[in-house]
Amino acid sequence: MKVTVTSIPVQDQEKALQFYTEKLGFLKKVDVPLSEHSRWLTVVSKEDQGGVEILLEPSPNHFEPAKIYQKALFEAGIPFTQFHSDNVQQDYERLVGLGVEFSVKPTEMGTVKIAVFNDTCGNNIQIVEML
Amino acid sequence: MTYYHTEITKLKNVCYSNQGQLDTVIGTRHYINNHFNKELNLDWLSNVRYTSKFHLLRLFKKYYGRTPKQYLIDKRIEQAKELLAKGKNITDACFEVGFSCPSSFSTLFKSRVGLTPTEFQKRATFTKSD
Repeated sequence: MKVTVTSIPVQDQEKALQFYTEKLGFLKKVDVPLSEHSRWLTVVSKEDQGGVEILLEPSPNHFEPAKIYQKALFEAGIPFTQFHSDNVQQDYERLVGLGVEFSVKPTEMGTVKIAVFNDTCGNNIQIVEML
Repeated sequence: MTYYHTEITKLKNVCYSNQGQLDTVIGTRHYINNHFNKELNLDWLSNVRYTSKFHLLRLFKKYYGRTPKQYLIDKRIEQAKELLAKGKNITDACFEVGFSCPSSFSTLFKSRVGLTPTEFQKRATFTKSD
């Protein structure tokens, strides 16, 4: 078995697509309509387009426990997932310049540097640079 | 400050308070990153950091979760993937990243990537032209 797709719950797929492509720089990979209000919508890293796809999944809108779980994580500041960064400080400055809000500014944690931002779709996302 | 921020601050104080150890392992990792295509071994790395090799081995594994050798192999494989994706000949890619035997390289590559270097290169080329 291989990991090819992982999912992030989002409250609004179109808004999420804009954030993940326009702010984070991912590319849209697959966009298939499933019903009137949901799509199979994935994005990939520009530097690794054959790599793992992120499914922007509208589960909080269709399954109440998913909504509660997402809200609890968000309020505690816990990242839903994390992405690798070659330079957390540079990404932090670039994203702040684009209006992205951070709950954890670049911080060294032993052999990594991390930062946590709000993806505007209900999640905290952590970026990590290995030192 | 969020709950998460509070917790990671506590964790940092518990797990990452020894700056000397951190400097040693981070310095070793940077050395590997800058010299991965050379012949590297634990004796050499420990000399570079003025530490005993078994101490370095324990520290590196403690902080990075893998041994320096495992890290070096992963680094070489990642670099080889980049060269192959750019169309570099398999034997040349093997030597350029620091491996000394093309057949061992192919076996190792297959075990780590799940594809042989040839298959990987074909797929990378196909994806690029897609």
